[in-house]
Parts: sequence; structure tokens; C-alpha cells
Amino acid sequence: MEFSKIFELIVAASLINNFVFTRFLGLCIFFGVSKKMETAVGMSITFTAVMMISAALSWLIFTFVMVPLDITFLKIIVFIGVVAGFVQASDTVMRKISPGLYYKLGIYLALISTNCIILAVPLINAGERYSFIESLAFALGSGLGFALALVIMASIREKLELADVPAAFKGLPIAFIATGLIALAFAGFSGLIKL
Amino acid sequence: MAQTEAPKYFDLIKNGIFKENTIFRLALSLCPSIAVTNNLRNGVLMGTAVLFVQVMVNITISLMRDFIHPRIRLPIFMLVISGWVTVTDMTMAAFAPEAYKQMGLYIQLIVAFASILARAEMFASKNTFVPSMFDGIGMGLGFLFALTIISFFRELLGKGSLWGLQIIDAKPLLIMILPAGGFFAVGILMGFFNWLSVKYEKKGL
Repeated sequence: MEFSKIFELIVAASLINNFVFTRFLGLCIFFGVSKKMETAVGMSITFTAVMMISAALSWLIFTFVMVPLDITFLKIIVFIGVVAGFVQASDTVMRKISPGLYYKLGIYLALISTNCIILAVPLINAGERYSFIESLAFALGSGLGFALALVIMASIREKLELADVPAAFKGLPIAFIATGLIALAFAGFSGLIKL
Repeated sequence: MAQTEAPKYFDLIKNGIFKENTIFRLALSLCPSIAVTNNLRNGVLMGTAVLFVQVMVNITISLMRDFIHPRIRLPIFMLVISGWVTVTDMTMAAFAPEAYKQMGLYIQLIVAFASILARAEMFASKNTFVPSMFDGIGMGLGFLFALTIISFFRELLGKGSLWGLQIIDAKPLLIMILPAGGFFAVGILMGFFNWLSVKYEKKGL
């Protein structure tokens, strides 16, 4: 496993195949928490951490339990169980061990379990048969990409609050159109790396 | 179905399509609304898959609701949903391999749809079999309706074709089938629906 392959994976997952702008996953969360910069940053941190750990967990289960037992067709059910269980567990543990951190990031944890990216990453890892390190790199790249998207969007929407938008387009519709413009910019990244 | 009860079921369906339309009004489950709508066929297929899952989940939950302990209801709902999604996923892989190659991931991600879980929680776990079924049909049709409209415009403008048939013989607006076009289409349609509902409220309808 050479370093350059891993680096390529991270760049590809965060910029070229950015989950929000080119794969359109996690949009509900994306539009939900991108109203304020502060929540966007909190969400990004929690999200990247949860993403990496759940990718690792589901990789272990997929490789050492599901492949030997030949039950890979159950991957949807198993992965959603792993992710939801892990999120619930970290919610409980965090509340006991560090209440300060819990008050800051706890609300995002509850939201994360309904995020499609968190489920998509293990599914893609399993589909592409990535190795353990590759899975982690992919999860890290996806998390960074999502964080980037959230921060960009939050900074735009904070300005958008003050703009004079036609009444029917206030709120979500104009946010969608702004996202479309950013997605157009992100299209420029395609072809940066050939995988 | 008894004649006197028909309007109520009709209301349930109408509620799903217009008043609580998943995509345009509630802004939930947005991911597939952009990801798979660059041609009409995929949009309709995806909508149908969601319709099927929604109806089956509502039926299953409404039949099982007496046996489910309220404290563990959410994990149980997730299990039921992912079970039905697996069924859909495998059926599509077997019967429509071509389309599955393009949208397989999004079919699997129906599991994470907030709208399906929300209907199971808010409606099917409190109502009996028949209303739940109609509620599922309504919500599913609303979703199908939204996906059809979005993909209709995107394929027409982006490729000049509908369902793979060439209709407009001009240079198409390539941007509409690019990812960015999806966001534009949903944003504009959402604005349009907002405008419609404001206009109707003024008339007192």
C-alpha cells in the first residue's frame, strides 16, 4: 500500500467526487445545518469522526463476519444497524464522560444517524472492496469534503439572509440555486486525478 | 372499500401529493431527487421503488404495531424498512440491471430516507391497516410525482428527449443534466410551488 494511492483516494473523495456536489448525498443535513457557521463547523467535526469510526467498524464486520458467512446480501440491514448502534452508543458515552463536549456536539450526533452519507460510505467501501486503510482514507476524504461543502454553504447563507430575494424563493429554493452554482465550480475538479 | 369512506382515503392521498409533498413542501429525502433525475426513466423507476417501499413499510408497521414495544420502536422500524429496501434492491438488480448499474447505490440508500421513517412513526404506528396503506400510497405518489416533474424538465432541456426518444431537434442545454442543473431545477420548482401555495391561500382555497 503506497502513500500516493491513499492520498489520491482522499483527494478524489473530498474534491472530485464530493458527496454533496457530485453525488448528492446528505442533502437533508446539508441544507438543515448550513444556516449558521457555528453549527456547520460543529457538524463537520462530529461528522468526520463518526464517519471514520463507523467505516472502520463496518469494514471489520463486513470482512470478518459477513464475507465468510456468505451473507453479504444483508449488508444494508447490517450497516444501518452498526451505524445507528454506534451513534446511539457514542451519544450515551459522551454524555457520561464529557458533558461539555456533549452540549456542544450532542445534537449533531442525533442528526447524523439519519444522514445518507454515513451509510453510503460503508456501502461504497464494500462495493469497491477497499482494504482497511483505503476504507479509512475514503471515509476521511468524504468527511473532509462534506465539511468543506458545509463551511462554504454556511458562509454563503449567512450573507444570503440579508439579500433581497423574491418572496417565493426565500429560504430553501435560493439555497438550492446557490448550491447549483457551487456544484458548477466543483465540476472543474473532475479530471484532476485519474483513478 | 365502503362508499362513505372513500373521500377520507382520497384526502389521505391528496395530502401526500400536495399538502405534504415530500420534496417540494417538506424538503426531505432530497438526495435522490437530484441524483437520479437526469432522465425520465430513472426518475420514474426511483419514484416507483420508493412508492413500493413506503406502502409495504406502512402496511407492515400497521399490522405489527400491537406487538412493538414503544421504547424499541425506532430500531424495529429501521429493520422493517431495510428489509423491504433489500427486497427492492435485489428485485431491481435482477430485472432492471441496466438502470440498477446507474442508481443501485441510491436504491440502497432509501433506508436512510427520513420521510419513510417519519410516516411509519407518525401515521402507520397509530392507524390501522387500510388508512396506513392509503397514506403510504399518497406519500409515495407525491414522491413519484415530484421526481417525474424534475426528471421531465431535466431530460427535456438537457438532452432534448423524453424517455430516451428524441423530441427537440436543437442543441440542448447541457447544464441541465450536469449535477448543477439538478440543484437549479429543484430550486426553481420549489420556488414555483411556494408561489402557487401562496397564491391559493390568498384566494382562500
